[in-house]
Amino acid sequence: MNSREIKTQISEAADSLNLRKWDYGASFSNDYSVQVDKGEAKQLKVSQKQILTIRVWNQSNLVGITTTSDISESGIKKALKQANIASDFGNKNESTEFSPLAKDPIKVKEVKKRSPVGIKKLLTLLREAEVNLIESHESIKSVPYNGLSESFFERVYANSDGAFRCYSKSQAALYLYARAEEKNSKPRSSGSVKLGYGVDDIDIESCIREASNKTISHLNYSPIKTNKYLICFSPESFLTIINAFSSMFNARSILDGVSLSNKNSIGEKLTTEALNIYDDGLHEKNISSSPFDGEGTPTKRLCLINRGRIENFIHSESTARIFNTIPTGHAGLGSKVSVSPDWVVVEKSEENFDLKTSLDHSTYEGEFVYIEELNAIHAGVRASQGSFSLPFDGWLYKNRKKISIESATVAGDIKYLLKNIVNIESSQEVTTSGVSPHIWVDELSITGDA
Amino acid sequence: MLSSQIKSNEIVFGSCNKDLLEEIIFYAIGLGADFIEIFIENTDNSSVLAEEDFITSVSPSIGRGAGIRIFKEKKDGFVSTNDLTKHGLMRSVSQAIEMLEITETQKREVFNGLNKHKDYSLSKKKWINEVPSIHEISEKLLFSTKSLKKNNKIITRKGSYSRNLQEVIIASSDGTYATDIRLHQTVGLNVIASDAQYRSSGSRRFGSSGMPNEFRLWDHEKAADEVFESSMNMLYADYVDAGQMPVVLANKFGGVIFHEACGHLLETTQIERGTTPFENKLNEKIAHESVTAIDEGISEGSFGSLSVDDEGMEPEKSVLIKDGILKKFISDRAGELRTGHKRTGSGRRQNYSFAAASRMRNTYIAQGDYSKEDLISSISDGLYCKSMGGGSVGATGQFNFAVEEGYLIKNGKLTSPVKGATLIGEAKEVMPKISMCGNDLELAPGFCGSISGSVNVTVGQPHIKVDSITVGGR
Repeated sequence: MNSREIKTQISEAADSLNLRKWDYGASFSNDYSVQVDKGEAKQLKVSQKQILTIRVWNQSNLVGITTTSDISESGIKKALKQANIASDFGNKNESTEFSPLAKDPIKVKEVKKRSPVGIKKLLTLLREAEVNLIESHESIKSVPYNGLSESFFERVYANSDGAFRCYSKSQAALYLYARAEEKNSKPRSSGSVKLGYGVDDIDIESCIREASNKTISHLNYSPIKTNKYLICFSPESFLTIINAFSSMFNARSILDGVSLSNKNSIGEKLTTEALNIYDDGLHEKNISSSPFDGEGTPTKRLCLINRGRIENFIHSESTARIFNTIPTGHAGLGSKVSVSPDWVVVEKSEENFDLKTSLDHSTYEGEFVYIEELNAIHAGVRASQGSFSLPFDGWLYKNRKKISIESATVAGDIKYLLKNIVNIESSQEVTTSGVSPHIWVDELSITGDA
Repeated sequence: MLSSQIKSNEIVFGSCNKDLLEEIIFYAIGLGADFIEIFIENTDNSSVLAEEDFITSVSPSIGRGAGIRIFKEKKDGFVSTNDLTKHGLMRSVSQAIEMLEITETQKREVFNGLNKHKDYSLSKKKWINEVPSIHEISEKLLFSTKSLKKNNKIITRKGSYSRNLQEVIIASSDGTYATDIRLHQTVGLNVIASDAQYRSSGSRRFGSSGMPNEFRLWDHEKAADEVFESSMNMLYADYVDAGQMPVVLANKFGGVIFHEACGHLLETTQIERGTTPFENKLNEKIAHESVTAIDEGISEGSFGSLSVDDEGMEPEKSVLIKDGILKKFISDRAGELRTGHKRTGSGRRQNYSFAAASRMRNTYIAQGDYSKEDLISSISDGLYCKSMGGGSVGATGQFNFAVEEGYLIKNGKLTSPVKGATLIGEAKEVMPKISMCGNDLELAPGFCGSISGSVNVTVGQPHIKVDSITVGGR
């Protein structure tokens, strides 16, 4: 069944069940992936998947939902019946409607269509990448975690009010995580991830180079003394921490009482006036971009922090109605609709006079800790309390000499961190989760073994 | 006539699919596969969320699919599909064969047909009618969130329930032919407490496998009391000072430290990757002599228990560490093939779209002779970790765990609550430092995410003392 046929099928099945109001989201994907182990194919994987989520509104305008992977005629009918039963338990205190923007025009990025290169080519490329990475340095003994994949998928949103949106896209990913060992030292690991619309768009050489350089740079390591340090967050690590606390900008989290913000936080000063943060799902570098969200609302660029102050929250249809605004294109499709950011862009604003611009990670000669990557976010972040305690990979810099830090955590409070930003470097870097410059924060606690 | 034709051309749950499965296996072996395994599932899941005094989400989901894995020597190709017709399954076999570049001229294995059907689902078919209805679940969840409303410092209250009912068919070219029905139910309570600038949270999760009536028996009042008490104890807690110190880890979910720090490193997938420091340590001392550790899938009702694993093998009780000596690894089919460690009935996967891998089931440290008070009184300056949050283990064996509820130990006694603690270390350095095990072993349910997706597990231990560990704080 194609996307249009599914809509017809749902429409007819809904009519037969006397369901007048419904919407659905569907996705269809074909994924191909390979892993290798010392030159040999380890696991080769192909996956064909289809998922349909249907919402129905009963006569009391309560919503019920069901998800199914059975998109046959009988499967669709069964899912509609089940959603109808679930609607008896719909949330009476917070109604859900179609997004008022579900028929607005959407911006679809023009991307050249890619075709699957096939498992054989994926395997050849990954084998070569593994060999090249191991040969890049004598201490690199293996690449225990690796993968090359390509995915082709189609997403659909439609509703009984005539909205119909559909787009298809492709994405490829290369992941190389190397392990280096030297005599009388602990093994050290690091890696790199690269994304592209297709396998041929992935810069494999730079992925190998990055994985190799990062891994080797951690060979000379030492424990760090527990203390407060001047910290430079890499673009990737700063985006990780912002995403981990994105509930500050999330209207759903605010309504649920699990955000540090509240309904009146618009305009609240969180950080230096030199900082702007946007959510920009359609950013040209966002390989994973989607032109519409789970409710069919068009994706758009939204300012979250403007000159240090909260400017907007991200919304679904229902949270937008409660906040008396419009949906922002960040909704999922569920019984209780979730809200989440797409692609965070961190920028230095024009109000940047109070920054210590001498702090530059490539030239600064004083002592500082460079946090390359934060780990174990699920375990170490208390978003509702604002606190974090996270292990990280990074280096201690002193007089331009750097030494990798062995097993340490950085701990603090997100509001304290934002208030203590002392510099925002000028040049931004694109990562897999957004765009950011290097960000300097003073006086954060680090726990080490020294 | 029409009905039997349809049956022979697609998988039908609850029916005998032997002919079709054999045809597919013959097809794969005929094309040159060394081994083929077919895993087919049909799921019927539901989840319910109560917030404050209302049901805010009811989410049923249904699904079906197949995962076909073909081995050629030590390589394997895995294809998953939602298409359970003969055509769809044959196409998946062809894709896997093509991926592995198998040609028909290569040496052929012999397939002698499927063995006698092992039907583990016989007594379980009625479960779907015995599990609580959405109405019943909603009612009890609302009672539980109401029970959390004990004072005005509690600002959010949540109760969540989920039920996963999975019907599986497993067939492979070694003759394995098994069917089973698995039922997992889990219920959790969460609160956030707030007073001026102070905030804390409390949570507990309970879970069972194969016991349709279990949710009805769940003592929601007792659970609510525990969660409330935890959040109140932590509300005004100071941040813990970082440093090296002895710690006592509580029983039940305290076992997550062994699961993350050591258990994962005893899975054969880690040997395959060369990422475990214990690879060549069989029959060597890797832990303090007070430590005996077990992984099993047989405790009745425990969240990680199974009648049969996802590769058709009945789970065994594996003593991983005996008195500090490494005795066994947790192994699946690929693990046995690639590392030589015998399968332990631990081949597990989240669903049909993942190939099975060696995964833990119910994993715990056996109990010792000491009381909890003995452990605490042996420490002059340390930390008591009453409730653990999540954790993770890195590629080189370093781990970290968040402490959800912690108390300082001063002169052998529990004193003030502290927050923000993280335990950091490496398995091979910490295991020899577990010097005392209590006499109060208890298990707790959880979800473990790894190479083959998220699976239900149980962690557990008695109270244990670690002589020294790095505590991250402020």
